[in-house]
Amino acid sequence: MNSAVLLLILLAYLALLFFAAQWAEKKGNSKWTNNAYVYTLSLAVYCTAWTYYGSIGTAAKSGLTYFPTYIGPIIIFPAWIYILKKIVRISRVNKISSIADFISLRYGNNRALGAVVTVITIVAIIPYIALQIKAISETFHVLTKTPDNSNVFLDTTTYVALVLAIFSSFYGTRYVDATEKRKGIVTVVALESTLKLFFFLILGIYVTFFVFDGFGDIYQRASLLEGFKEKNTIHGIEGAVNWYFYIMLAMFAIFLLPRQFHMAVVENNREKHIRTAIWLFPLYLLLFNLFVFPIAWGGNIMFDKELQLNADMYALMIPQAFGNDFLAMLVFLGGFSAAISMIVVASITLSTMLSNNLLIPYGFIGSLQAEQARNNRRIIRSRRLGIFMLIILSYLSYRYLMVNFSLVSVGMISFVFIAQLAPSFFGAIFWTRGSQKGAMTGLIIGTIICIYTLLVPYVIDVVFPANSIDENGPFGIMWLRPFHLFGMPVLEPIPHALFWSLFFNLVGFAVVSVSYKGDYRERNYAEMFVNIDSHIVNHENSFVWRGTAYISDIEKVLVRFLGEERTARALRIFRMKYNIDKDDTMADARLIKFAENLLTGHIGTASAKILIEGVSKEDRISLTEVLRILEESKENLITNRKLTETTQELRRLSNELELANTSLIHKDRQKDEFLDTVTHELRTPITAIRAASEILHDDDEIPEELRKQFLQNIMSESDRLNRLINKILDLEKFESGRQQLQKQEGDLRETVRLSAEPLMQLMANQNILFEVIGENVPVWANYDPELILQVVTNLLSNAIKFADAKNGNIRVSIDKTDALRIVSVYNNGINVNPEEMEAIFEKFYQSGNQNINKPIGSGLGLAISRQIAEMHKGSISVTNHSPNGVTFMLKIPA
Amino acid sequence: MKKILIADDEPNIVMSLEYTFRKNGFHVFIARNGKEALDILESEVPDLALLDIMMPEVDGYSILTEIRKDERLKNCKVVFLSAKNKESDIEKGMSLGADAYLTKPFSIKKIVEQVNELL
Repeated sequence: MNSAVLLLILLAYLALLFFAAQWAEKKGNSKWTNNAYVYTLSLAVYCTAWTYYGSIGTAAKSGLTYFPTYIGPIIIFPAWIYILKKIVRISRVNKISSIADFISLRYGNNRALGAVVTVITIVAIIPYIALQIKAISETFHVLTKTPDNSNVFLDTTTYVALVLAIFSSFYGTRYVDATEKRKGIVTVVALESTLKLFFFLILGIYVTFFVFDGFGDIYQRASLLEGFKEKNTIHGIEGAVNWYFYIMLAMFAIFLLPRQFHMAVVENNREKHIRTAIWLFPLYLLLFNLFVFPIAWGGNIMFDKELQLNADMYALMIPQAFGNDFLAMLVFLGGFSAAISMIVVASITLSTMLSNNLLIPYGFIGSLQAEQARNNRRIIRSRRLGIFMLIILSYLSYRYLMVNFSLVSVGMISFVFIAQLAPSFFGAIFWTRGSQKGAMTGLIIGTIICIYTLLVPYVIDVVFPANSIDENGPFGIMWLRPFHLFGMPVLEPIPHALFWSLFFNLVGFAVVSVSYKGDYRERNYAEMFVNIDSHIVNHENSFVWRGTAYISDIEKVLVRFLGEERTARALRIFRMKYNIDKDDTMADARLIKFAENLLTGHIGTASAKILIEGVSKEDRISLTEVLRILEESKENLITNRKLTETTQELRRLSNELELANTSLIHKDRQKDEFLDTVTHELRTPITAIRAASEILHDDDEIPEELRKQFLQNIMSESDRLNRLINKILDLEKFESGRQQLQKQEGDLRETVRLSAEPLMQLMANQNILFEVIGENVPVWANYDPELILQVVTNLLSNAIKFADAKNGNIRVSIDKTDALRIVSVYNNGINVNPEEMEAIFEKFYQSGNQNINKPIGSGLGLAISRQIAEMHKGSISVTNHSPNGVTFMLKIPA
Repeated sequence: MKKILIADDEPNIVMSLEYTFRKNGFHVFIARNGKEALDILESEVPDLALLDIMMPEVDGYSILTEIRKDERLKNCKVVFLSAKNKESDIEKGMSLGADAYLTKPFSIKKIVEQVNELL
């Protein structure tokens, strides 16, 4: 393929990615860019060109050993749900933008530690980036079938690297705040991850099913090749031990590689996305590895005779061998995607670390005194330059240092260096005793051992090719042989380096941490990291600080980086959050932490601390005091939570109580009224009885006729008393629900007749005209005759009481409809007060105008009547007639 | 002969009272409700009024108020006779200017004593 054409295709592809990034930035909040799938796919930045080409090369040359790099992440991934969630929370509340920030902040916001982490990381990652450029460059030459030009300026790949550098430096620095989410980059990386997997699967299917005749065919033919069995076994315990360390290395890498930390932690905008990632990402890795083995051994079968070939390039050479240039180009684009996503993300993270943890805190910070726009421009410019330089530096190191290394070996060395962060990193989140001195000691010892066991032998080999340092030891000291330190047998160079470096790293970290306690600041952050869940809400509260600082001074510092408007808004939110008075002039610990957080995204944790220290005067606090404060705040937190719960519970209970009380008061008042009425009603006959008895008892001269009259009174009042008691008992029966209906078919006319009969004499005495109108035939209904009799009697008694005193008239009518039976009792007395039409049916109701009217009987008659009507599923109501006359109407179903 | 007004809507109670005071030499007026009592008071000037409180149309309190307003009736003593026997009821009655407050049920002897005492 013509290199100009391929270059054009590459440019077109880059332009496509560029627009995808642009689009994603614009759609920053849509669900297309904010979902768990994009998040998971962006994690697949883990699969670089090393995966794409290097795995095949390794599988072809040494069999299964490519596999641990993927088994590691797959094994550790379920633990993400716990570990990564914790890291994400810590990073979110502290505005952490890189792994260097993460480690340095935990150990007392120590700028030296951040710098050391940054240096180790850059040293480890630059060769890794170089490796990606190497892959692009080599595959470019393979595809175009051109040799690489020894003149850097004439080699096309130089320009590819330049374009990449410009692309990354433009896109990686859109925001000054390094903790801002870069939707464009994330989306592009996710897109690239999709493409690289897709193209790789196409290649795999092509090789397995079109070039060969399925997996079985490849296996069969490969097994005939020399060394097949030898290469594809684990090699007993020795091999297993090596595997163990390779797997461990990959486990660390998935956490500690700066690009993984960036994608998994800094770019995580929802914790729940992790839940999807823990199954989808391992699936992605498995899919990617499905065809590695068939392609590698397919290549071995095809190119058996040509032993000098670079097996890393099988992926391109196989389609090319069949003249399938298009497929070769797709594969190339997949590899290119894998490479550039790593380059872009790695260079962005490295440049952030470079600026925030090295350049700004060590010098640059003094020059950031101008107003906001200029400061931000400087920060961005320095980062942009950083990205650009890193890529160019990587390119140069590829050109001049590592042309002859395979993809995998460089990647592995890089991994071992990165693994040095493991003790201080995991110590940061699980061990509160870990101290800055310990972390620093471990990191430095570990790195030195890495250099000695991995780099020194190569350098010596190059410088003194005749004198192999590993065979004779340095200066003849055998136990210092770099590949067999202390005579360590069995382990291959990479596991060997990992073992010893991590061993000394860990021991250094632990011993120094235990021997030299960290200061109060370290202890403070240790608590905030390790027990993040108890500090996540209002985390500024957990920051221990005592001293003097003016809010106005802090505000000035913030304005220099955030601008007037954002500073004002941030402070307003802060005051609202902690309910702080606007007129307070002195800053407290919470504001110090809050301000540091605001600055952290722009200039890193260490510089933020330096700037705030510049405008405040902190009093030293002893370690014991910090421990005490932390303990207290923890207790307070628990107590507060309990208190809040209890308060809510109490409020709920008191509401209920109030309601119950109101209803009780109401019932109590009803009861009082009832008792008043009842006692009054009971006392009246008793009074009459008592008076009459006293006269009869004391007065012997009483005329016979009068004596009889008094006795008669006593009898009738006793009856009255008895009736009253019965009514009260009746009511109690209805109230308690003990009253039962004895329904039967009956004639309502008969019931009316029965109730009227005892009253006839009374009505006649009062000169009341009584008539019954309506049907001449029986009016059948299903009802309890006893109870309905009671109702009608009650209505009649009322009518007698209220009928006109001189020309009283009472009229009862019995009517029927299809469904209802209606008994109406009319009297020609005065109207019921319209306001009392409902109230008269309430039990114990006494006329509102009590001063004038005596209660109507016991006040129970109508209430009982209504109860009876309702027990029959009927009703009772009252209507006034104009100008006089009242009708009570009882309705019951037929 | 002393004149007494008995106002109560319970005929059986009135009967006992009427008999007792007649026997004790009073001139007795009977009112079966508040309105009748006021009617009687229009034309008569009793020495003492024995009033029930809870009566239809015009209650005992109103009658007392009327009596206290009437210059003609300034020497008329007023005794309440009521089944309302709570402290608050008694206080209310006395504060309106009653001379005594007797609760039902009552002893005939006591009432006569009370009335004689007042006159």
